[in-house]
Amino acid sequence: MIEATLVQAGIFISQTPPDAASGASALDRFVTYVARGLAQGSIYALIALGFVLVFKATQTVNFAQGAIALIGAYLVSLVLIDWEVPGRWLGGNRYVVWFSAIITAAIIAALLGLLIERLVIRPMIGEPLFSIAVITLGLEAILRTIGFDAVSINNRNLGIPWGATGFEIGGAFIYWTWVFCLAAVAFAFAGVYLFFRTRTGIAMRAVAFDQEAAMAQGINVGRVFAIAWGASAALALLAAVCASMTPFGGGTVTAGTVTLAFRALPAVILGGLDSIQGALIGGLAIGLAEVLAGAYLGKYTPTLGVGFQLIVPYAVMLLVLLVRPYGLFGTPEIRRV
Amino acid sequence: MWGRPNLYTSYRAETSIFPTWTQRVLVVLLVAVAVLLPFNLPIINQIPFVRFLGDGDWIRITTQAVVFAIAALGLNLLTGVAGQVSLGHAFFLGTGAYASVYLGGSPGSSTWGHELPMWIWLPGAGITAALIGILISPVAVRLRGLYLAIVTVGLVFIGIHLSRLFPEISGPAEVGRDFQGLEFRWWKEAEPAISFDDNGRWLWFDIGGNQKTYLFTLVLLIMFVLIAKNLVRSRTGRALQAIRDRDVAAEVMGVPEFKYKLIAFAISSFFAGIAGALFASFVGRLPPESWDLVLSVEFIAILLIGGVGTVAGTLMGTFFVVLLPRFVEEFAVWMGDQAAGDSLWASFWDIFVATGGDDRGIVSTQQLAPGFPLPFNALDAVLYGVLVIVFLLFEPLGLYGIWVKIRNYWKGWPFTY
Repeated sequence: MIEATLVQAGIFISQTPPDAASGASALDRFVTYVARGLAQGSIYALIALGFVLVFKATQTVNFAQGAIALIGAYLVSLVLIDWEVPGRWLGGNRYVVWFSAIITAAIIAALLGLLIERLVIRPMIGEPLFSIAVITLGLEAILRTIGFDAVSINNRNLGIPWGATGFEIGGAFIYWTWVFCLAAVAFAFAGVYLFFRTRTGIAMRAVAFDQEAAMAQGINVGRVFAIAWGASAALALLAAVCASMTPFGGGTVTAGTVTLAFRALPAVILGGLDSIQGALIGGLAIGLAEVLAGAYLGKYTPTLGVGFQLIVPYAVMLLVLLVRPYGLFGTPEIRRV
Repeated sequence: MWGRPNLYTSYRAETSIFPTWTQRVLVVLLVAVAVLLPFNLPIINQIPFVRFLGDGDWIRITTQAVVFAIAALGLNLLTGVAGQVSLGHAFFLGTGAYASVYLGGSPGSSTWGHELPMWIWLPGAGITAALIGILISPVAVRLRGLYLAIVTVGLVFIGIHLSRLFPEISGPAEVGRDFQGLEFRWWKEAEPAISFDDNGRWLWFDIGGNQKTYLFTLVLLIMFVLIAKNLVRSRTGRALQAIRDRDVAAEVMGVPEFKYKLIAFAISSFFAGIAGALFASFVGRLPPESWDLVLSVEFIAILLIGGVGTVAGTLMGTFFVVLLPRFVEEFAVWMGDQAAGDSLWASFWDIFVATGGDDRGIVSTQQLAPGFPLPFNALDAVLYGVLVIVFLLFEPLGLYGIWVKIRNYWKGWPFTY
């Protein structure tokens, strides 16, 4: 069912992009694939960053991340197209209008994240981690259903200002949307890096290290939880916006967005659940693996099956876990009796 | 020891499956009601709110609940007793279903099948699933907690992909193939010895196909309940509980972690494989995409709503979760009926229900009505998410916890404790 929505969503990456068939050289094609892989990977990296932030603060996995991304994408289209909220006063430059709408929607999404944290996560402090993870699964069921219902009524467009345009380096064709995705991921990771050097960021690191000790030092753990959830909801929205325009700048919100989080899980595991740089490297690596496998193993599709590139991340994840159970950069858990 | 239910005078008494007389009487009553449920008997009709479960098309849903209960018992052994959170249960159900159709299904122009009888394909499904469970456990045993949950999510996606890779077994994507019927043959004879599918006559009674299927799955469920109950009180069960409570401590005490986790995976997959084969055979045709993450999450929800780690809770949770959508549907239709007319009563219900057109409300009576108000099949998904959250927030022991509270109240009645 999920895969079916993927096909409808066009998230299934077509085997040959329109530019690759036009007789470009092997190197140019490779550069194009790498750029596209990095763009795909940056979506995963954004989702993974949200996972890692929540995991560092609350020690649990937020399975609702994909559903929040879907709601976020819907919010963007609501703010941008239906309400024209900052746009109707700004007028003129469509880039300004578009970016301001994204920021407005991101603030609303962050508030939604805060609300969720306050309502269902905060009362669960001290309960088993598994219970909190399952609460997020319940949350996913609710948000996914509402999100499906919201986007299925008509095609929600995000009005990407640069559309399906791009530029050429040598013979390789790069879409502007790929550049945007990479810029978004750079912005997000730089933001988190700087945030961890502020007072609140240090508090979050302390909470990640030892919740009780942090509390004893007078750190407001609840506030750290809230910030992590708000930030991860905003990151999910950013990832959903990127996903709607990848690979070729379509810009339509689709129900398939909800599976993004489950496809980003291998990235998180690869990098390690509690590692920021792991999220970046894992996300980009998984995206690259997916796109390159799709491009270069495409001729084996009859043997491997349609859509095999979507399974590649899971295969990579299983292989890595056989060697390193805590991912590449994750902190091994010290087990004491 | 009448009147002193917590006093055990021998080890045997303490470890018996049903230690108190109250429990024995309740279990016998429950089994009797469950067996008589599909028949239009005066005894059953006297019990309010029960008979409808065995009537008309409700019995199909009741049967589904019975089949799901078998799989839920398996997950309960893995997650509730051994503490290994698995989100890959749907994968094992699918494995069982496809193993069974490979063994028992009829071969077609583009599909494989060996038309073997049920006494081969049903255990075969369970054993195949258990073998696959053993195959993945070297990865799974090394992982703990949420890492395991995430990896088993991957298993579900890989499973769906594999089943689409072999349309000879699973049928075309999104369509699926016809599964074998629930018929008992000795070997490949034309007329089945016992058919659980079509109407017929057993002993002196006329009995419908749905009723037969129900009774057959019920017998299997009772068998699996006994297996599960027995396992928990055995040496293996104690080892699994020790691993759940503290795995390092268990290993220090001499419980081999790897071996027992492997056993837990194998048994849980066996239950799931049997349930998957039964479910596929009972539904008749399922697309490969139906063994997806939503199904896995449903089983986790069953455990949590029912009560993790308890057999009685698992059964309650299964019936609750499987019957919920149908109740929501009936309730929406009922609200739609109430909203007809102009009276105060009707306008009150009209706030909640949208009957079509521009009517506003929370829930729509149309099944295919995208957008708001929510169609009732979307409402039940939302409700089920809400229920999972509410149970975890307010009653972590689930329905079983509520039952324990009621029981303890009456135990001490009229005193408060």
